[in-house]
Amino acid sequence: MPKQPAELETEVTGGEKPSGDSRRSLRDMLTSVPQQYDPEMQNQIIGSHHTLESVTAQISDIALKRPISLGWLISMFVSLSLLALMFVSVMYLILEGVGIWGVNVPVGWGVGILSFVWWIGIGHAGTLISAILLLLHQNWRTSINRFAEAMTLMAVCCAGLYPLLHVGRHQYVYWMLPFPNTMGLWPQFRSPLIWDVFAVSTYFTVSLVFWYIGLVPDLATMRDRAKAPWLKKFIGFFALGWRYSTRHWQRYNAVYLILAGLSTPLVLSVHTTVSWDFAAGIVPGWHGTIFPQYFVAGAVYAGFAMVINLGVPLRSFFRMKDLITMKHLENCGKFMCITGNIVFYGYIMEVFTAWYSGVVFERYLTFDNRMFGPYAWSFWLLIFCNGVFIQLIWFKKIRTSIWGLYIVALVVNFAMWLERLVLIPFSLTRDYLPSSWHMYYPSFWDYATFAGTLGLFFTLFFIFVRLLPTISMVEMRELVHHEHHVDELGANDPAVTGGLKV
Amino acid sequence: MPNEFKPAQNNSEKLMEINVLPNESDSCGSGGCGSGCGCGTPKSASGQFIPLTAIGAAEPLRPPLDMEKLRKKLANQNGQKYWRSLEELADDSQFKELVDREFPRQAPGSWQGVSRRDFLRLMGAGLALAGLSGCARQPDEHITPYVKMPEDTLPGRPLFYATAETRNGFGRGLLVRSNMARPTKIDGNPDHPTSLGSTDAITQATLLSMYDPDRSQRVLLKGEDSQWNSFVEAVTVAVEKQKSAGGAGLRILTETVTSPTLTSQMQALLKKFPKAQWHQWEVNNRDNVKQGARMSFGRDVQTVYSLKSVKTILSLDANFLHEGPDSVRLAREFADGRRVRHDKTEMNRLYVVESTPTITGTSADHSWPLKASDIEPFTRAIAAAVGVAGAGESTFSADKRVQEMAKDLLANPGKSLVIPGEYQPPVVHALAHAINARLGAVGKSVKYTEMVEANPAVHTDSLSALVADMNAGKVQNLFILGGNPVYDAPADLKFSEALQKVSLTAHVGLYNDETASWCNWHVPQTHYLEEWSDVRAYDGTTSIVQPLIAPLYEGKSFHEILAVLLGQANRKGYEIVREYWRGKHSGDFETWWRKVLNNGVMENTTAKPVSVTAKSTFPAPTSAGSGLEICFRPDFHVGDGRYANSGWLQELPRPLTKVTWDNAALVSPATAQEQGIAQEQVIELDLGDGRITLPVFVLPGQPDNSITVQLGYGRTKCGQVGGGVGSDTYLLRTSKALWFTSGLQLKKTNDFYHLATTQHHHTIDFKTADTNVPDDPNDPTALETEHGRDVIKVIPIAEFAKDPNFFLVPAPMADEAPDETQKTYRAKRAAGENAKTEALEEKSHEGMDAANDLPSFYGPIWPSDRTGIDKNNVPTYKGVGYGGNPTPQWAMTIDLTTCIGCNACTIGCQAENNIATVGKYQTSMGREMHWIRVDRYYDGDVANPATHHQPLPCMQCEKAPCEYVCPVEATSHSVEGINEQTYNRCVGTRYCSNNCPYKVRRFNFLQYSELASPTISLMHNPNVTTRARGVMEKCTYCVQRINDARWHAEVDNRPMKDGDVVTACQQVCPTNAISFGNVVDQTSEVYKTKAEPHNYGVLTDLNTYPRTTYLARLRNPNPKLEGDGASQTDHDNSGNAAPEAAL
Repeated sequence: MPKQPAELETEVTGGEKPSGDSRRSLRDMLTSVPQQYDPEMQNQIIGSHHTLESVTAQISDIALKRPISLGWLISMFVSLSLLALMFVSVMYLILEGVGIWGVNVPVGWGVGILSFVWWIGIGHAGTLISAILLLLHQNWRTSINRFAEAMTLMAVCCAGLYPLLHVGRHQYVYWMLPFPNTMGLWPQFRSPLIWDVFAVSTYFTVSLVFWYIGLVPDLATMRDRAKAPWLKKFIGFFALGWRYSTRHWQRYNAVYLILAGLSTPLVLSVHTTVSWDFAAGIVPGWHGTIFPQYFVAGAVYAGFAMVINLGVPLRSFFRMKDLITMKHLENCGKFMCITGNIVFYGYIMEVFTAWYSGVVFERYLTFDNRMFGPYAWSFWLLIFCNGVFIQLIWFKKIRTSIWGLYIVALVVNFAMWLERLVLIPFSLTRDYLPSSWHMYYPSFWDYATFAGTLGLFFTLFFIFVRLLPTISMVEMRELVHHEHHVDELGANDPAVTGGLKV
Repeated sequence: MPNEFKPAQNNSEKLMEINVLPNESDSCGSGGCGSGCGCGTPKSASGQFIPLTAIGAAEPLRPPLDMEKLRKKLANQNGQKYWRSLEELADDSQFKELVDREFPRQAPGSWQGVSRRDFLRLMGAGLALAGLSGCARQPDEHITPYVKMPEDTLPGRPLFYATAETRNGFGRGLLVRSNMARPTKIDGNPDHPTSLGSTDAITQATLLSMYDPDRSQRVLLKGEDSQWNSFVEAVTVAVEKQKSAGGAGLRILTETVTSPTLTSQMQALLKKFPKAQWHQWEVNNRDNVKQGARMSFGRDVQTVYSLKSVKTILSLDANFLHEGPDSVRLAREFADGRRVRHDKTEMNRLYVVESTPTITGTSADHSWPLKASDIEPFTRAIAAAVGVAGAGESTFSADKRVQEMAKDLLANPGKSLVIPGEYQPPVVHALAHAINARLGAVGKSVKYTEMVEANPAVHTDSLSALVADMNAGKVQNLFILGGNPVYDAPADLKFSEALQKVSLTAHVGLYNDETASWCNWHVPQTHYLEEWSDVRAYDGTTSIVQPLIAPLYEGKSFHEILAVLLGQANRKGYEIVREYWRGKHSGDFETWWRKVLNNGVMENTTAKPVSVTAKSTFPAPTSAGSGLEICFRPDFHVGDGRYANSGWLQELPRPLTKVTWDNAALVSPATAQEQGIAQEQVIELDLGDGRITLPVFVLPGQPDNSITVQLGYGRTKCGQVGGGVGSDTYLLRTSKALWFTSGLQLKKTNDFYHLATTQHHHTIDFKTADTNVPDDPNDPTALETEHGRDVIKVIPIAEFAKDPNFFLVPAPMADEAPDETQKTYRAKRAAGENAKTEALEEKSHEGMDAANDLPSFYGPIWPSDRTGIDKNNVPTYKGVGYGGNPTPQWAMTIDLTTCIGCNACTIGCQAENNIATVGKYQTSMGREMHWIRVDRYYDGDVANPATHHQPLPCMQCEKAPCEYVCPVEATSHSVEGINEQTYNRCVGTRYCSNNCPYKVRRFNFLQYSELASPTISLMHNPNVTTRARGVMEKCTYCVQRINDARWHAEVDNRPMKDGDVVTACQQVCPTNAISFGNVVDQTSEVYKTKAEPHNYGVLTDLNTYPRTTYLARLRNPNPKLEGDGASQTDHDNSGNAAPEAAL
């Protein structure tokens, strides 16, 4: 089993120019061109000082060597407090019933379902980054795909809770699964809710496997770098006996590509299916063919916003500005710009089709209720956030400023929650028969449950950043290899790149 | 401080003396029950005493058994000869007291503050007690089922018994369903003339009152538990003392009495105590009606209206479709005169002037809001216009409406009628009598009969006299039989203060209410489902009230109380009633008795007609006071407050305001604007010495400068349900102005109070009230004309009569030009030609055919005729029923023309289907559970809009949007076309409710069903599952009744007949507005109604293919008054009603 020589371990920190000492390999010394250090890494996807072992060391040491910081403890405390709130909310919910929420007739779905959709949306960026960008050879994805995928899994966990919680009889929620039973009953496959069960569970499974397969070589590295024997064994168990053999690499690459291929349609399908929960209904404001497209766009949009919201503090806390560079963030911003405008186009088309359809109910809902009804504030705020405010991203100054990007991303995350609020419960408040119209007011427990899932999400995330490599070391090493050597030795020479196009 | 008991000082010693327990029989015990409850106490062998030591004689304080007395008792016992324990034998009530000592409970008086959890815990203790009384032997009394002999009783099969309810003194014949000796559903007795098989919401809800766990359960002395025997002794002693003075200090206060037995008892009592007096007080006392008749005829005469062949009706502030002892019959006759089919296009015409919007006003062809004090001058104008001499002139004489109405009334001699309201002063009644005489109505649509009331006193005077005597110290013993005068007597009489000057006061009532707490004694009254009695209906028809269940608590009927006063303490109601009728009847009494019990009516008992002539001299007009006027009205559902503890009635939305669980000050939009008050703002009302605060409800159609408040709220001592709900408006009400008066002072406060309404939380913007604004698209209270929502279709009868088919042409959209067909059609119609062409027929079917061409899971299901069902082929469900009979296809039609919006269907459904109540908070969140609701839509000017009611059960869509979205197949379609809900399978995703365009599905957001109260569980219909938390529920067309009928048909091996299945809503409907049956059967009523040209479905453009459809509302406005008042012609919803205008 090859080992990283102990003497190769370095302490490399972000803003520090590495000293060209003897620890760098001969080849590195020969080939690397000294570059002016760019503290914001505007145009680079990795700090130029990085070497094969420096990225490994920097990333793995966060988990293996870095002491628990006060900041992490405070973050964890806040997250765990919110998680505790979730346990209280869920306990009370199970004891009393779904009536503790603000739902009513006609508004059967409230903050619960809209939070489900929001979380599922958040969960989109991870797989998109790891799968679609991999297939498209976007090598900048490598430093953000790991935590984006983790974010996906955690978001889907949070999302998956809601369908379980929002039903009236929690004890029978398993009836939605097809299993042989004495009642001789199967789920009702015409219901979009059943499609949801399959879409979300498939998405979660594939994302989990994809994420785990990507982790295996890194886990092996962690195993090898861990000092405590029990830790070596523990990590080694999950590393599945990875020995860096060529055969391993070959199979790894094949599986990874296949999984990427599998995940790619899922990115599109899962939110499409979620959108059918609404589009298949006949509720005015729900019943639109545009839903799948702009739900997917909205999901990617929200997902990239969350990547920015998570990535910015991450690179700062763990001094990884040279790994997650401004270039990455800017690219995320560009994605937000594209998808955000698709979403905005969706809004416009929704209004147009409502008018063009001539259907009185759609027209009433869109013009009289959404735009000028009792919830008009939410619609116009949504238009402001997702239609006007997002246009700031067009400006390079804002796109490349940490704070500008961060604030836009925060607004986007809020706006996407708002979008689902406008779309899901507020459409239900006034449907066909005016006699049944009723306002919807979320209760304290609605918000508490949502805050609780935020707690769950961040708790999982903070555990993740402490325990596992937040950035794929394998892929980073590949990147370093390409950045430092391939270009100089001759790009696109298969002999050098190992078949990988750059 | 009505909750505190303040006995008169000079009397307390005596009362204490009486309370000492008699020493004869308080025997052994230690909590044992000898009645076979399984609680472990050894039973005695028959005829053999168990030694006292064996059953706890170790208690030295207990007095020994009086063997001599026991033997005497055994010797005297008739009927049941077995006895099961010494205790039962010794004295049942004292045994119960012993149980009480073992299982101490809080005194009922202190239950007011008990939390719900405590309440349930206490109910657990109550259960133990109920179990004990449940073990008691049934009394040896024979009750007779309606159609089946008792020996036919099969477990699971209900029996139906005829009985009668007493409402405001008058009887209403009922058929009550009994499941294994538990009454579970009340319906009208078809043989009874004032019921005709229907009932109203309140009668339906009396079932809940019987099982109400808050009902008074025991005899109370000064609020503490006491015994019937103690009461008997106290009363006997007190009454004995009265004998020497001829009963001068003895007073009985009753409500309206028509019971022959009770009357004879009262007469016997007055004979025994010649100086005793019988007083009466009831809020709905009909004083004005009686005084009006006296003014007109110089004697007491009862006025009975008949609407059978009446063409024109004018209501002078009379809500005759809902209020009064005859309302169900009048509603039926009114509806019969309005029911329109394509071959019968005649309907009566109703004009209403009213001081507050009522369902009679909304059912009218023209209604005008008029201040209550303006009704008298209006009546004078009408009288003068129809030619009544001496009516005098009034400000309304020159009114076009008056002239046209008078012409219309005179145009139908003998077929027109004026009905004065019972809240209007006597002179209005006298004028109405004169008008009716002038119209030739007497003997035809108006009949005068002898009084049915036993003692037709003017209640206000009667109560005033009693209070004066009490204050003068002339009254020593006062027995209050029913009623709640401490709460509802006029405020100026200060009844409760006078009550303290009486040494012995006893209250007999269903609840331990305000009056009970101010009296020394309180005796629980038996509910009418628990007692033997008799009662006369408004037309005099006599019914025997027979019990369906032994009294749940220690209730006593009025007969048994009066028997005590007559010195016959141990007589049972059964004996008393039978004895009375045995004396009245010669011949074979038993056969006659069984027949009367079976039929529920006694033949030849209607009141004798009298021949009277109305005088035409009237008192001079009184000048109306200035300023704001206040109107008092009994609440639409809780009445004068006696039904305040009924959750069903509290939660039933008031037909116009849709307010639940509260009363409010009804203010017209213009007055609200003038006063600067907003919806739900709390206002202070000052009148004389009284001052109350109430939230405002701005109600379209309320007269300006007149505020209507409902009585019956603000109960201080009620039960768990009704206590503390709303404001007590009796505080403003004086004996001089019982129903309306002026001089009201209104003060605004800065508080707002949330009213739980089930419809339209966004209320009318009163700022627009001064102009006749078009429908505001943001104002959902306006009918959805702007949005083209054809929810309610309204057609003037004149248009319909010209061509019933004109309804088939779809109207152009609001912002579209009419297409060629429409243009041709309208042009032809304008020219008076028959516009129905083949092309037109095709046009009207276009949509349906197009729908059939669409790809569908179901195949072509929608037939090309407007019945909704293909006559020859029902391809959807090819199921074959039992015995090769075709599967019936259930469907319903609701006739909006005859629906009066009375809400009876909602409560009938609630009773039949075990629907839970949810309380004010949950209702205000939009979580009420009613399976059939009555929607209310306004149309037109906000000052006097036309109002439409639309009952909305589940539409049972053929292509139900709820079905395909359910992930677990909990809602599915039956082969008989019913959209079924499988409660056991439901996981509660609520997707079906979201996707239901009619929003008829109801969800158990919390545990709403009462599972903990043992008495409430007894009430439930055993054939309907009680739904748990987290389960969706909805109307199933009473599938349990369908299954029952199918089973019967299967046993008889015959196809199901029309009328085999009657749904609960259909059964209760006073106007027969609901048709239900097998739509494949072309002879069925529902098939015929669906074939009517004005049959339409709601939201059919969603391709839901509803099985429940509506017959469009047809109205008969006077063409000369069109556009005047709330007539419908100028407000055209469908776009059809005014074709010329649409072009």
